[in-house]
Amino acid sequence: MAEPHTPVRADLPPPSRMLTGRTVYRVVWKLNTDVLVGYCWCGVPHEATDPIELWDWLLAHPDTHGPGDAPDGGTPPVGSDSAVRELVKS
Amino acid sequence: MPSWPLNQWYIAAYSSEIEEGLLGRTICDEPLVFYRTSEGEVVGLADRCVHRRYPLSLSHLKDDQIICGYHGFTYDKSGSCVAAPAQKRIPRAARVPSFPVHEQDSFVWVWIGDSDLADTALIPRAPWLDSPDYTVVRGREPIQGRYGLLVDNLMDLSHETYLHGGYIGTPEVAETPITTEVDEEANVVYVSRHMDDAECPPFYANSTGIGGRIIRWQDVEYHAPCLYLLHSRIAPAGVLPPEDGPDDKAFHVEVTYGITPETEHSTHDFWMVARDFALGDEKVTEYLATNNHTVVMQDVVALNILEEVVEGEKENYQELSINIDTGGLAARRILKKLIAAGEAPSAAPAAAPAVAGTV
Ligand code: FES
Ligand SMILES: [Fe+2]
Ligand SMILES: [Zn+2]
Repeated sequence: MAEPHTPVRADLPPPSRMLTGRTVYRVVWKLNTDVLVGYCWCGVPHEATDPIELWDWLLAHPDTHGPGDAPDGGTPPVGSDSAVRELVKS
Repeated sequence: MPSWPLNQWYIAAYSSEIEEGLLGRTICDEPLVFYRTSEGEVVGLADRCVHRRYPLSLSHLKDDQIICGYHGFTYDKSGSCVAAPAQKRIPRAARVPSFPVHEQDSFVWVWIGDSDLADTALIPRAPWLDSPDYTVVRGREPIQGRYGLLVDNLMDLSHETYLHGGYIGTPEVAETPITTEVDEEANVVYVSRHMDDAECPPFYANSTGIGGRIIRWQDVEYHAPCLYLLHSRIAPAGVLPPEDGPDDKAFHVEVTYGITPETEHSTHDFWMVARDFALGDEKVTEYLATNNHTVVMQDVVALNILEEVVEGEKENYQELSINIDTGGLAARRILKKLIAAGEAPSAAPAAAPAVAGTV
């Protein structure tokens, strides 16, 4: 990784991860606060209390790390997103 | 430059709207005419006769050909003029543009942009709309407002508490934090709001028969620009989906919207409510149809007002965004990116990985 992971982590409410693409940005609203925690698709988090500022940070982030930093595999999808795909297949 | 992305599929109509006869409808500022051939295939053509611009949708359909209602120019399903009154040789230029169309999941989709780039594999799915496992109610409302207002509206469901109180809104909707995800390559925005101990709004109490508190999950999946899915799960408090096997102790409602620009200042609001319970129950169907129509109209009235406000204020108006807007802001940005991609000279289909440039 081009930069160290900072220790900030949101107290993640379920669902923990819905979309399964390669480059998924994720923003979690920290429970009982006004703090948003954004995760770049490479896994690096950033805190903000303004969603515009947070999106600006997230979108700039891919330029600050190399293309070799593949996103980690992540957890399997939960919920209806996968159900949609099954229904389409059937 | 239009405010919507080109080189995209848009919902033009429900399949059931195109049976007999001609349907005229403006999609993304293009006046179009649709009909179904005797073979069952849907045709989409520009709705203006090449002769004196008379609308073909107000003309006559005979033997899979449109005969212009003004002077009788006759067009086949490819848009070529095949006959004109007393004319031996039809000029080569006598043809109306034809638009790629595709029927799927009870919709007729139309491709707006460069026809050579139309790829039906790019069309997002909503299979419950055409499934025996669901009962569907649906409608279509004109909005006198730009489509971005409807995107904003649907991406932030905290408005349910205030605009739809007594129908689908309860205090918990506005009070529960959301989680937002954006798939940069697929152009999908996902917003989850999981309420694990919530009041049951009348809309769901009366349709499911649940009394008491509920688990209410709202999972929004917006496939920019046109298809909006709200996966809604309602269950008695404490009833979570089982580890494996079907989630059959819960009620599932797939609220689906087609958000199709008509003009820069008007929108087709296609709305559907598909449920996996009380299948075929006429009373529940009637209840959901009536109540959802009421809810849709509450939004339509508000958006018509907002259009006048933002149009009156032009570019100078100020907004203030807070945490509830995280998903809406993401949707706006994806649309902006798709608009830029659609404008590019040798535009590639917008869902192609090349657009994101993040790999
Ligand atoms: S306008 Fe259509 S034939 Fe004259
Ligand atoms: Fe609404
Ligand atoms: Zn990153």
